[in-house]
Amino acid sequence: MKKRIGDLIVVSNKRLNQDFFILKLSSPEGIPEILPGQFVEVRIDGCPSTFLRRPFSIYNVDYREKTIELLIKKAGNGSATLAQAKPNQKLNLIYPLGNSFTIHERSNVLLVGGGTGVAPLLFLGNYLKEKHTVELQFLLGFRTSELIVEIDRFKAIGKVYITTEDGSHGHKGLVIHHPVLSGKPLKFDMIYSCGPESMMKEVAKIAGSNTINCEVSLENLMGCGFGACLCCVVDTIDRGIINTCTEGPVFNTKNLKW
Amino acid sequence: MVDLKVDIGKLILKNPVITASGTFGYGQEYEDFIDLSRLGGIVVKGVTGKARQGHPYPRMAETPSGMLNAVGLQNKGIDYFIENIYPEIVKYDTEIIVNVNGASIEEYCEVALKVDKLDKIKAIELNISCPNVKEGGIIFGTHCPSAMAVTRAVREVYSKTLMVKLSPNVTDIVEFAQAIESSGADSVSLVNTFVGMAIDAKTRKPLLSTVTGGLSGPAIKPIALRMVWQVSKAVKIPVIGMGGIMNAMDAIEFILAGASAIQVGTANFINPAITIEILEGITKYLKENGYNSFRELIGTLEC
Repeated sequence: MKKRIGDLIVVSNKRLNQDFFILKLSSPEGIPEILPGQFVEVRIDGCPSTFLRRPFSIYNVDYREKTIELLIKKAGNGSATLAQAKPNQKLNLIYPLGNSFTIHERSNVLLVGGGTGVAPLLFLGNYLKEKHTVELQFLLGFRTSELIVEIDRFKAIGKVYITTEDGSHGHKGLVIHHPVLSGKPLKFDMIYSCGPESMMKEVAKIAGSNTINCEVSLENLMGCGFGACLCCVVDTIDRGIINTCTEGPVFNTKNLKW
Repeated sequence: MVDLKVDIGKLILKNPVITASGTFGYGQEYEDFIDLSRLGGIVVKGVTGKARQGHPYPRMAETPSGMLNAVGLQNKGIDYFIENIYPEIVKYDTEIIVNVNGASIEEYCEVALKVDKLDKIKAIELNISCPNVKEGGIIFGTHCPSAMAVTRAVREVYSKTLMVKLSPNVTDIVEFAQAIESSGADSVSLVNTFVGMAIDAKTRKPLLSTVTGGLSGPAIKPIALRMVWQVSKAVKIPVIGMGGIMNAMDAIEFILAGASAIQVGTANFINPAITIEILEGITKYLKENGYNSFRELIGTLEC
């Protein structure tokens, strides 16, 4: 899959709440094939304190509309600059980068996301629904009800369970304490997860004890995003020390030295 | 047509734009973005005698106008390079330069000797300046007698163009450049990264697993430029300049300061097509200023 570098045009910048916003970007020449789990590297113009690009998961792809969406959390100066992006502004992207989630036909899968980690799961869910016969259940965790993102888009393709740390919506606590993960034995064919590393490690443990395959998307710090700088490495059981950006970001947890 | 050719020892580059070691992989990482055959040369990721795992994560920290890295020469060793990478990269119509590393003079010589037998590789860059390995590397680059000893030893076993990459982490870089020249080097390249560090005050921990690392990017450019200028005046061998080059004008500044060719490093991470943009920018500058050949521009700083 050929990587490209180029300017995309901001179609909209939708503020969801104090933390999250969604950038919809269009590419007039069309969007190349993108697989769920892949990411983009965005150049941050006009922010003196950011030197490197910033990697973001792809939240959704619309080939007909020639757009991609990024769900971004305001975390530092780079994302705060992007939060100010205006329609018609150009953003320079390198994409699509990285590998993708493994897809199994006719399966019953659970997608577990925490915070901004829900981003690649919407695209994965849409992809699974469009191309495969798959039963989807989402388990999505947020700090409070105010930080919940576009739940209707997840509900349109599967059953959605919510947790909030303060109990202001759905189940109180963390995703790993939700009943959907505490039943025994769990009947899923596959669990996909993205979010804080501590959450993914717990999800991986639960999947492992139920002998369910589990794939996670890692968020290691990256210098380039396309395999040149060797900074985002992860230690694996099957392949030693490898780049998260080119060999990942998606890994089967049985291969990670967690 | 402007003549862009430049000689570095016996090596003839079709243009002065080279990629810096450790920022360009083995070239293949950039194949989707640019036509690698348009480059003057590619200095590949540093190679050692034995395979090295490199340092633990985290290896990178973004800093004002630059970045720190502590990769630690992760590579699969010279034999793996010869078997698996060499056959793949020599298909490009550009000069492949191998960045040679070692923990001892013996290891440097072992790698250089093996590379000497590779027909399609006409130059090596001896890396005596990696700040990220405990033994070898910068020890040779910051102690003048050691720098001379390793250069002499490699000169004995390596018959083609020998370039030595200098460390800026010294009091007087000119002394090192002259010592390298007198020890048989055909060219010096400078600068490697500056030793630096970054701290997260919230966690009271360093941002790199190794605490210190190598600083690169435009943050170092003025210092690198000054060093290239000083060294160019003091040695007769060609100087290859690098350090924070982000665009064609940066590259031209290094050439005016005395560099016969330039290397582009960290800029590749932000714009993987930057080398070609720099090449086109240099060509345009030469045309607009009435130069017939690139060589006429080297070291023409007026001061």
